[in-house]
Amino acid sequence: MSEMKIVSGNFAAAYGAKLSRVEVVAAYPITPQTEVVEKIAELVSNGEMDSEYVKVESEHSAMAACIAASNAGARAYTASSAHGLALMHELLIWASGARLPVVMTNINRAMGPPWSVWADHHDTLAQKGTGQLQFFCENNQEVLDSVIMAFKICEDADIMLPAMVVEDAFILSHTKEPVEIYDQELVDEFLPPYDPEYKLDVERPFGFGSLGMPDWYMDFRYKIAEAFEKAPEKIEKVNKEFTEIFGNDNGGLIEEYKTDGVDVLIVTMGSISSTSKDVIDELRKEGHNVGLARLRTFRPFPVEKFREITKGVNVVGVMDRSYTFGHGGDAAREIKDALYGHRDLILKDYIVGLGGRDLTPKILKNIMLDAISLQDKGLDKEIEWVDLRINQERWRR
Amino acid sequence: MQRPLNRLTTKLEVRRLSKEEVYRIVIDPKDHRDVPLTLITDCPSYLMTKTGSWRTLRPIVDNEKCIKCGICWKFCPDVSIHVKEDGAEVDYDFCKGCGICAKECPVDAIVMEKEEDYV
Repeated sequence: MSEMKIVSGNFAAAYGAKLSRVEVVAAYPITPQTEVVEKIAELVSNGEMDSEYVKVESEHSAMAACIAASNAGARAYTASSAHGLALMHELLIWASGARLPVVMTNINRAMGPPWSVWADHHDTLAQKGTGQLQFFCENNQEVLDSVIMAFKICEDADIMLPAMVVEDAFILSHTKEPVEIYDQELVDEFLPPYDPEYKLDVERPFGFGSLGMPDWYMDFRYKIAEAFEKAPEKIEKVNKEFTEIFGNDNGGLIEEYKTDGVDVLIVTMGSISSTSKDVIDELRKEGHNVGLARLRTFRPFPVEKFREITKGVNVVGVMDRSYTFGHGGDAAREIKDALYGHRDLILKDYIVGLGGRDLTPKILKNIMLDAISLQDKGLDKEIEWVDLRINQERWRR
Repeated sequence: MQRPLNRLTTKLEVRRLSKEEVYRIVIDPKDHRDVPLTLITDCPSYLMTKTGSWRTLRPIVDNEKCIKCGICWKFCPDVSIHVKEDGAEVDYDFCKGCGICAKECPVDAIVMEKEEDYV
């Protein structure tokens, strides 16, 4: 029997790992992720969860332990955030190269300095090239659902890659919401045990992570690229199957909210999407033809899907909770990539909410009104930093 | 069901490895679909590659002088020198000629000579 519990995003991640029957958990605590591993430690120690809980001395070691566990044929899980994730960087790449379906939860937190523990997507997006699948969650239910789905997607023979399920610091990680904790039998049916053909076994020795000479290396990298090409279809398929069994549709690659025939499309990621949807409702009531696309899967980037949903759209307004220096907001830049040569439209990049800066409905509404106004006046600025001290008056009025 | 990760094998070799035979099959995949997902080898690389070929200096042991103290074995970073009944014996398949054994030998029983004189 499934049951409703009032839990934080962190606990939702822990319950997601429990329902996925992860066999090895290796993690190092960091604010605001600590509760994920504390909860798992509690579940393991009181016998509710049958996992090997490995205490390690760093995030680098946490992922290393998960890689070894996964190589030995275990379903492995870890969790981290910001600076911890950055320390894991080398092993994130190793996990994808070794084709190991390790799933982790990352709590999106700003990178210092200035020292910060609040919501910001820079930590996750700095790892976008590491060969991890990346799923951005909007609410706590989605956090739990996405951990289960991530294992299913990643362990698919065509994919065999690691994934990051990410949630915004404090806004999700420490905020309690009703979350459906599914019946274990149903999850078991959806997610069978992980059983790879080749694993670390003293009785049947293999060499893993061997040297690839220049005449081989590139072919293996292309294999990873191929898996990423197959991933979008797999993600949609698993999301559909999940929806049929558990009744929650998390949107697959992109969750579309009132996007049919819109003139202006707003793109968001993570927790600001919920507030944004309310603002969309308000604007539509006022007669604006505007809709919202929530970018849920950042890797693989849903290129085809963006081309599809921008058909007939005049303006795309992208809210980026991250900024790559010398380049721009990550989502906006990649959407431009996807649309180049396919769509002739105005795209404006709004840099918002870095380091946990509050995004009120008023600010979000002003951003959307600005995007709407571009239909008549044309693009004024490619990138706009919203609600800085120098322009607060404009966005908060 | 997981599709097997094909092994990458490049050369035909049948070797005796402890109690079981390890077979290596000739495959040089022309079809990309035959390339495995990642490199997993079923045979220790030392059976395929003799890293001793990197050597430019060769340790020569004078077993008249050797006192079988085992210091060379302790210091060798590649476990390529062993002390036996008659004295120290170098495994030239893997010795890379770093000269640590010669440096550490307390009775100067090991000298480093140019590899080219022996090839």
